[in-house]
Amino acid sequence: MDAPDAELIAAVLRGDTASFEPLVRKYSPRLFATARRHARREDEVADIVQEIWMKAFQKLGSFRAEAPFEHWLMRLAVRTCYDFLRAHQRNREAPFTDLTDAEDDWLERFAAEPASTPEDADAARQLLARALDHLSPPARLVITLLELEDRSVKEIAQLTGWSVPLVKVRAFRARAELRKVLATLAREKYL
Amino acid sequence: MNLAELQRKLLAAGRARPPAAAVPYAFEQRIMARLRGAPVSDAWADWARALWRAAAPCLAVALLLGVWTVAAPARPEPAPADFAQAFEATVFAAITLEGDPTW
Repeated sequence: MDAPDAELIAAVLRGDTASFEPLVRKYSPRLFATARRHARREDEVADIVQEIWMKAFQKLGSFRAEAPFEHWLMRLAVRTCYDFLRAHQRNREAPFTDLTDAEDDWLERFAAEPASTPEDADAARQLLARALDHLSPPARLVITLLELEDRSVKEIAQLTGWSVPLVKVRAFRARAELRKVLATLAREKYL
Repeated sequence: MNLAELQRKLLAAGRARPPAAAVPYAFEQRIMARLRGAPVSDAWADWARALWRAAAPCLAVALLLGVWTVAAPARPEPAPADFAQAFEATVFAAITLEGDPTW
């Protein structure tokens, strides 16, 4: 652990709340990037990050300096994002019938020429976000961590608190769930 | 439509550009303002608060039980003969059941 982090944490635990601010300033960008993977609206993202910092402050006494503070904070962040997904599962599913023109174009282009469709298009990212909104919270979390953030199964197990076999099972189910959602998208679009 | 390829392309699109790490203006101040309003969690204080909250219901239950014990009509003690018969019936119940051909 970095010495400044250790000193700041010790000061906060002694009652110096102001020492928490440098930690907030240092790690908030990372937390915002993580939260934006799980929520699309900026007000939701800010609420998630605020919730993470509130929990971090309240649970700071349970932090053991055996691992870097950032690892401990990221575990807290992932679990808070998962709680958010579970709490907002029902009101996130946007139907595939109201795709934007750009998303429609990208899909039509993919249907015609899969190989030449660009992978870095904004429309593709928006389509992926729509598809992820249709996944169950565990499936969405696993796909995000495993496929989008390129984390290993072991890392995901540490971040989520799930066992390694459970992560593998959920990853298998999540891919199948995503495939099913994409099949629904294709059916609604082309049938 | 090739769904496997569609899935691969969409995931590649998601990987290609990670989300922005921008922090809203004055976010630190917002967090610090909230933290100054929230007390630091203290396990002993929480425990003491929970005990104080539980004290009133426990006292009420104790009082109710006390009143009920004093006010409830006393049950008549069985007469010695009745008690002897009841005791005998209980002790020999198993023997009666074992000897019962319906069992």
